[in-house]
Amino acid sequence: MNTLFDKIWDAHVVQQINEGPTQLYIDRLYCHEVTSPQAFDGLRARGLKCFRPGHIYCMPDHNTPTHDQDKPIQDPVSRKQVDALARNAADFGITHFGMMNPKNGIIHVVGPERGLTLPGMTIVCGDSHTSTHGAMGAVAFGIGTSEVEMVLASQCILQTRPKTMRITIDGKLGKGVTPKDVALYMMSKMTTSGATGYFVEYAGEVVRNMSMEGRLTLCNLSIEMGARGGMVAPDETTFEYIKGREYAPKGEEWEKSVAYWKTLKSDDDAVFDKEVRYDAADIEPMITYGTNPGMGMGITQSIPTTEAMSEVEKTSFEKSMHYMGFQPGESLLGKKVDYVFLGACTNGRIEDFRAFASIVKGRHKADNIVAWLVPGSWMVDAQIREEGLDKVLAEAGFEIRQPGCSACLAMNDDKIPAGKYSVSTSNRNFEGRQGPGARTLLASPLVAAAAAVTGVITDPRDLL
Amino acid sequence: MKQKFNIITSTCVPLPLENVDTDQIIPARFLKATTREGFGDNLFRDWRYNADGSLNKDFVLNNPLYGGQVLVAGKNFGSGSSREHAAWAIADYGFRVVVSSFFADIHKNNELNNFVLPVVVSEEFLKELFASIEKDPKMEVEVDLPNQTITNKATGRSEHFEINAYKKHCLINGLDDIDFLVANKDKIEAYEQHR
Repeated sequence: MNTLFDKIWDAHVVQQINEGPTQLYIDRLYCHEVTSPQAFDGLRARGLKCFRPGHIYCMPDHNTPTHDQDKPIQDPVSRKQVDALARNAADFGITHFGMMNPKNGIIHVVGPERGLTLPGMTIVCGDSHTSTHGAMGAVAFGIGTSEVEMVLASQCILQTRPKTMRITIDGKLGKGVTPKDVALYMMSKMTTSGATGYFVEYAGEVVRNMSMEGRLTLCNLSIEMGARGGMVAPDETTFEYIKGREYAPKGEEWEKSVAYWKTLKSDDDAVFDKEVRYDAADIEPMITYGTNPGMGMGITQSIPTTEAMSEVEKTSFEKSMHYMGFQPGESLLGKKVDYVFLGACTNGRIEDFRAFASIVKGRHKADNIVAWLVPGSWMVDAQIREEGLDKVLAEAGFEIRQPGCSACLAMNDDKIPAGKYSVSTSNRNFEGRQGPGARTLLASPLVAAAAAVTGVITDPRDLL
Repeated sequence: MKQKFNIITSTCVPLPLENVDTDQIIPARFLKATTREGFGDNLFRDWRYNADGSLNKDFVLNNPLYGGQVLVAGKNFGSGSSREHAAWAIADYGFRVVVSSFFADIHKNNELNNFVLPVVVSEEFLKELFASIEKDPKMEVEVDLPNQTITNKATGRSEHFEINAYKKHCLINGLDDIDFLVANKDKIEAYEQHR
């Protein structure tokens, strides 16, 4: 009567500390340049070696520019951080995919696409969107830098066992409704803290029918409901996706692995601490209007009004409206947009580029729009070109940039100017997230494409 | 960093906002440092300073009435990014305790790993505490880790808070998880052989 989460967690318990956390063994640690330098320095200060360097993969993604990656990074502080990762990886004997390495990209895009992320694994990274990897049937969650240091030193982490939640989404998604919309819808219902303390398993017809890319988007956003992580039981879609990928098991090892992976599902009588159900028919293309990802609505709906709110809620809500320059009760359709960003670990995969291209094909970028299209990895970039999407996009007036986290958190030069509106396929619309004063509206690649060609917030269903 | 924790009696800095995310605690553009020090200067940077770099006099950290080692915030504190820099900024600024009715998971761990104590209180306690601070900015709270209690000294109201026995032991004795894990290598190797 175990859940999928229980099965994987239990198989990784080294010991249970009396009246304390669990010592959990970690199969895979990913490191990027922002949250790891202090951890490596911590090892040096303690005179420790890396315990299991073969389990660890490093790559820069947050600071990387999205142009001229073959030249040194111009910002000296960014360059120093990126160089520090290369040096730390070399010093501690860890594999590193540097900038311009064909295996480089956003860590949460690269892990699955290279077959480094596999079902049944425990996976951590100093990055909250590590939840992405749960789509492959892994227990994957974000950690802090002290915890990165723990894993470097011992391949283990001390964690309190989270509670379990199953979110079942049944029915069929309507036209123009994508996995991103499903996630934004759940967040709008659940709020950004509704799943805090829980590890979520996504289930139901919608999830079963979802592609691997879609599941990666869905699990990526688990953290935005506060969840420790999100996961999907591995199935034929998962195995098909993994088969033949560079680091995936091969030959006899493959057969053995698949046989084990097939056992990785919640038992029929498994008991979750919480069960939530949603109906696909209730979900339409979504857009956010506020300054946290839970402040989202169907694109045809209006921003809530404040009557029913408590004083503290109202203060936070009004602060948010002031920042965004919106009024409670207003609709966003037809609002002028300045920037469009396609990319990030949320929507920087091939399917996202296909979706974007499907709308802009035969149309043209609106004059008032600056569009940044950033593939999640060089592998995604190569596939875009292989499928000829680059030509479709170029004909419509869009250029493809080089891979990285880019405008999702604007640690490189891709900053949205203060006061400007950005329809973004990334994961967070917090104040200043895309640059000081930037106003972010989170949406799917279809909604982003519709805004890019019309220059205003547009229901993508009108263009499909 | 490894400051031993026992009983702290202090005035408070009130931040009566909900869903304060780690991007607000420390914006991404300040995450480029490769050391743990100095983040306190940029704690709540974009709320503390106006766009032109001048001090935002309306923000609580710039109000001379308020100060102390205890930050009191609305529910869902520390949501969003896992950046430990947020905990470093809070610690570096001089806070030893953060009080809220609800914390995001990753940030809560990050605070504990930096010897900052997250104290979860009831909504009622939090509401009363905000009211007490507003009435008298010099009022104090007592945070007693050994007994796991927090007391609003203005009203005398006291509440028990949860912390697991292991982490409490670590905080009181100035030990961290890496000390523990490295001392348990034999168990890790045994696990690897038998899995």
